Amino acid sequence: MFAIFRRELRSYFTSPIAYIYIAVFYALASFYFFGTALLSNSTNLSYVFSYLFTISMFLIPILTMRLLSEDKKYKTDQALLTAPISLLSLVLGKYLAALFVYFIGIAITLVFGVIIAAFTPPDWAVIFGHFIGLLLLGAALIAIGTFISSLTENQVIAAVGGFAVGFALMLVEALTSVVQSPLLQSVISGISFTSRYQSFTVGVLNFADVIFFLSVCVVFIFFTVRVFEKRRWS
Amino acid sequence: MLEVKNLTKAYGEKRAVDDITFTVNRGEILGFLGPNGAGKSTTMNIITGYLSSSEGTVTVDGHDILGDPIKAKAKIGYLPEHPPLYLDMTVREYLDFMFDLKKCKLPKKAHIAEICELVKITDVYQRIIKNLSKGYRQRVGLAQALLGNPDLLILDEPTVGLDPKQIIEIRGLIKKLGEKHTVILSSHILPEVQAVCERVIVINKGKLVADDTPDNLSHAMSTDHKLTVRVDGPEDGVYQLLRGLPSMVEVQKLGVREGSAYEYSLEAEPEADVRREMFKRLADRGWPILALRSSELSLEDIFLSLTSDDKPGIALQDEAGQEELSKSAHELADSLDGDAGAEENGGEA
Repeated sequence: MFAIFRRELRSYFTSPIAYIYIAVFYALASFYFFGTALLSNSTNLSYVFSYLFTISMFLIPILTMRLLSEDKKYKTDQALLTAPISLLSLVLGKYLAALFVYFIGIAITLVFGVIIAAFTPPDWAVIFGHFIGLLLLGAALIAIGTFISSLTENQVIAAVGGFAVGFALMLVEALTSVVQSPLLQSVISGISFTSRYQSFTVGVLNFADVIFFLSVCVVFIFFTVRVFEKRRWS
Repeated sequence: MLEVKNLTKAYGEKRAVDDITFTVNRGEILGFLGPNGAGKSTTMNIITGYLSSSEGTVTVDGHDILGDPIKAKAKIGYLPEHPPLYLDMTVREYLDFMFDLKKCKLPKKAHIAEICELVKITDVYQRIIKNLSKGYRQRVGLAQALLGNPDLLILDEPTVGLDPKQIIEIRGLIKKLGEKHTVILSSHILPEVQAVCERVIVINKGKLVADDTPDNLSHAMSTDHKLTVRVDGPEDGVYQLLRGLPSMVEVQKLGVREGSAYEYSLEAEPEADVRREMFKRLADRGWPILALRSSELSLEDIFLSLTSDDKPGIALQDEAGQEELSKSAHELADSLDGDAGAEENGGEA
């Protein structure tokens, strides 16, 4: 697992992907930080974090698109799948590498906290709450992106698929006002990433939301392992 | 060392591998011969655990590849048809990674250096794999398979795309490796298998059609009864004499070769050896033999003879069977032609 993790991380930083992702993330995050906090003399970072939700949705597919599709295309999966390692550690190694690069991106928000601290002591508990929310959101989206990447050998399809799923998860919230059935309404708001994430941005660390994002990770990593399993049998 | 039992891989209706059974003993070099699309790569992918079989079992040194995959895979070094190289890495980084991936226990630096020396890639050690030639890539793939000194080496067409000098080098290397490892080597080139292997398995259309030593195989398909002879003497006189030999089936004039020497192709009855009798009679007449050689069998001839040996009754009596036979020979020839034209097509799904 660590061999794959290290190789994957290296590959992010020898290709432009990691640099582009980090640069764009830093630029957009800083723009919103400047606009919503610094310019309006506010220590409230919740606006920044709710914008970062959308930014993550769009940038994460770029991190995950080549994760497994490239191996399939260049047949390097033959080396990985015939090596004496389990499928789970193969998938986890790749997954954690993407998560690590994502972490480098969102770590900028902690710098925002430090900048605010130069003016007035910020509420660190709230900032960390936000940060954990963003991390969990990313972990869930990366798991979904990894899964999509395992389905195809085409990076573009993997990226577009990732965007589509991210977009759907963002918009599904809007359906609640259209749907009549209260059961369906509660199901939709239950799977809505937006409403789950909102509670983090208002500073509430809800145990149910944490469990929700972690379950999404587990389910999609499991699905990805099953995809590999199935590919052998078909 | 390796036990393959009733291996079958079905893709829908099509059976890529059909009920193949064989065992490989420790220290053997086994050749896997067959035309493209015969199921060689599929079989190898199943043995290494990349694909699963539809039916049947693969056991590596007592470990089932599905039941106990991690232990079984640790014993195998695999060079697939397309070497699984990360093109953006240098040779050094790649071998480091594969070393860690395979969880080798040996001293890392010394072991990698030793293998690079063995496959002669030391001088490209720091270069990015993307920039290496096909021959070097193949060797890096081979180096990767050798990491950790696995007991069983599985090499899928290791000499495809190499130049003749490299082919000879790689063959020599495989022979050398065979002293310490058990090796399975696939190829569609008969002389290659003959040069390297102690035992040959021939598969065609997913079915195992022969399992023997190369010597026995070539004996079974003995070419002694098909000869080409060059005799210095009057064309018709020699022709009549050759026709008069006992158990001669057919004589064909091939035309003049050097001065007054003519060449003839002879076909005697199988099992008959006409060479001694022919020499005596020609010597009596004072017509010297300038050259005598067995007509070379091509791979497709061997396949033909193997498939017809399989079902002699059908081949001789049943017209439909014969048609099928000639059709399969045709396909074989096509695939061989295609091979010569485009080595890269190699898609054995």
